[in-house]
Amino acid sequence: MSELMSDRQIDRSKMQVSDEVAIEINGMNKWYGSFHVLRDINLTVNQGERIVIAGPSGSGKSTLIRCLNALEEHQQGKIVVDGTELSNDLKNIDKIRSEVGMVFQHFNLFPHLTILENCTLAPIWVRKTPKKEAEERAMHFLEKVKIPEQANKYPGMLSGGQQQRVAIARSLCMMPRIMLFDEPTSALDPEMIKEVLDTMIELAEEGMTMLCVTHEMGFARQVANRVIFMDAGQIVEQNEPEEFFNNPKSDRTKLFLSQILGH
Amino acid sequence: MSDQTTNSIAFVADGTIPPSPPPAGETGPIKWLRENLFSNAVNSVLTILALLAIYMILAKTLPWILNGVWTTSSLAECREVLNGKVGACFSVLTERWNQLLYGFKYPVDQYWRPNLALVLLLVAIAPVLFFDLPRKLLAFTAVYPFLAFWLIWGGTILAPIVALLGFAAGAFVFQTYGKSSFAIGFFGAIAAAFAVWLIGGALIPDGASDNAMLQAVPSRDLGGFMLNLMLGVTCVSLSLPLGIALALGRQSDMPLIKWICVVFIEFVRGVPLITLLFVASVMLAYFFPPESTVDLFLRVVIMITMFSAAYIAEVIRGGLAALPKGQYEAADSLGLDYPQAMRLIILPQALKISIPGIVNVAVGLFKDTTLVSVISMFDLVGMIRGPILASTEWNGVYWELLGFAAALFFVVCYGISQYSQWLERRLATDHR
Repeated sequence: MSELMSDRQIDRSKMQVSDEVAIEINGMNKWYGSFHVLRDINLTVNQGERIVIAGPSGSGKSTLIRCLNALEEHQQGKIVVDGTELSNDLKNIDKIRSEVGMVFQHFNLFPHLTILENCTLAPIWVRKTPKKEAEERAMHFLEKVKIPEQANKYPGMLSGGQQQRVAIARSLCMMPRIMLFDEPTSALDPEMIKEVLDTMIELAEEGMTMLCVTHEMGFARQVANRVIFMDAGQIVEQNEPEEFFNNPKSDRTKLFLSQILGH
Repeated sequence: MSDQTTNSIAFVADGTIPPSPPPAGETGPIKWLRENLFSNAVNSVLTILALLAIYMILAKTLPWILNGVWTTSSLAECREVLNGKVGACFSVLTERWNQLLYGFKYPVDQYWRPNLALVLLLVAIAPVLFFDLPRKLLAFTAVYPFLAFWLIWGGTILAPIVALLGFAAGAFVFQTYGKSSFAIGFFGAIAAAFAVWLIGGALIPDGASDNAMLQAVPSRDLGGFMLNLMLGVTCVSLSLPLGIALALGRQSDMPLIKWICVVFIEFVRGVPLITLLFVASVMLAYFFPPESTVDLFLRVVIMITMFSAAYIAEVIRGGLAALPKGQYEAADSLGLDYPQAMRLIILPQALKISIPGIVNVAVGLFKDTTLVSVISMFDLVGMIRGPILASTEWNGVYWELLGFAAALFFVVCYGISQYSQWLERRLATDHR
């Protein structure tokens, strides 16, 4: 898939990784019933990092990023997001969720609201932004994802790629400091994958902290500053993209790469 | 295009093919008849048989209706006028019109009160049913129940005012304290409302209703189709919020709330409505303090509301279950709290899915209000079975009376059904 983005020069000038820690995960374990899905996860993400999480299906990558905004509970270990520790305290959870944007595989737009209402709902109700200001900001982000003309349509009238770009704009309207992407292009046609990836690249160029679960290895190579490979609930290998793709260390990673890059 | 017919593999379309009109004979009524009614031998036979059946039904009923007598004062007179011909005796409807609509005890010179209440009802529910209307009209909707209570029952105006003040106090407390803690706001609101009702109730002087502006009418004197409409409107509007609360409660993570809702729903759904009505008329008095006389109308409203709320709760639970989990996750991930997520994201969609089921329950509930006739309340059916058919003048006029009752209910229920279909079309935004 890497050829999809070959026509685009990536501006790395603002892609600075700061020393400030955005996410810290320490000895995290999670079980579904008696099934041990995440095993001893340790990960530190700095502000401005772009991390791609790869791995075979069922390896726990989605579960990992869903733990970061408490869509899934973890049973052991410590997760600190943007200085706030994730605990059972609902106030903390709501605070973290409003700082962390999330984009889903199936977009999860609200079908009963227009595109504009989708984008203004959370700022108005959670951030208490005045309606007019929220709408201006929503239009700004819709322009950024290049679909301002669809603002008054309903999600069902848009193509998959357009819906996913709206979902990105909807998250951005909350002015998050961290964006989580859970297989954002897996439900899309190849033509639409490109438009979504372009949006994500633009976001990376502006210095957004991003954690992406994706199978788009071209995107990982070009945008990520770190690739994490997971298998069977644990982090098997992490490295800079060049090293990761050209010189994988573990056998499991080698097998995985040979299977997805093999044709 | 010709390239396709040759055997070459390579083919390039040399332009878009423009749309053209369908061939002649593919449109118009003749085609419709041929396709739908006479497409083959069996269908043709069925069509002819159906026409025959319609003819036979109309041949019997039309003369009966068209020969109908409207002006006599008893069944015997009707028979005299008809003199052996086939014909309906609609005079019972004209002669007992007021009894059918208002019951036989409501003071005749006060009929304008329920009439006015009905007209105002239309004004009050309009902004609820048609949400394109200005939202300010909802203020009247909020006042309407108290106004209607005062119009229909009469008596002192202080009683509905105290009731309204109680609700206002509750709403105020909830607004003030509900933001910081839902539980404090919720229970504080209930406490405030009861405090206002107790104090206000004690302040109303004993004889306040004796010389009131509107003559007091006890619940026993209500009757006819008016009673059905009152029960139907009250119970539907109360059971919908209660049903929503029960459906959400059944999904709750808190075991106590969940089990209360499950037990309530399963128990009430497992019992016939008629037994609940008997409980209301006979046994419910044991649950209230001995000196209090809780109004029969109120007891019946409580029972029917509980009954239909249990059904509505299950219908809405179906709607909630039909929503993709992603909707909950998207709402959560944007930082919406539980009440916001429910009110803005989940319920609007779940209720939309549930509209056909809710309307089904509402129509059933409205027709079930006729069951109150078995606990000797004189609703439309109670009036027909009791005072009218038992009278010497009209003993034996079954078809006309029950047909009239059926027609009245049909008009209202068909209206509800049409409204719900309009609502579904209006809310269809997902274009799936």
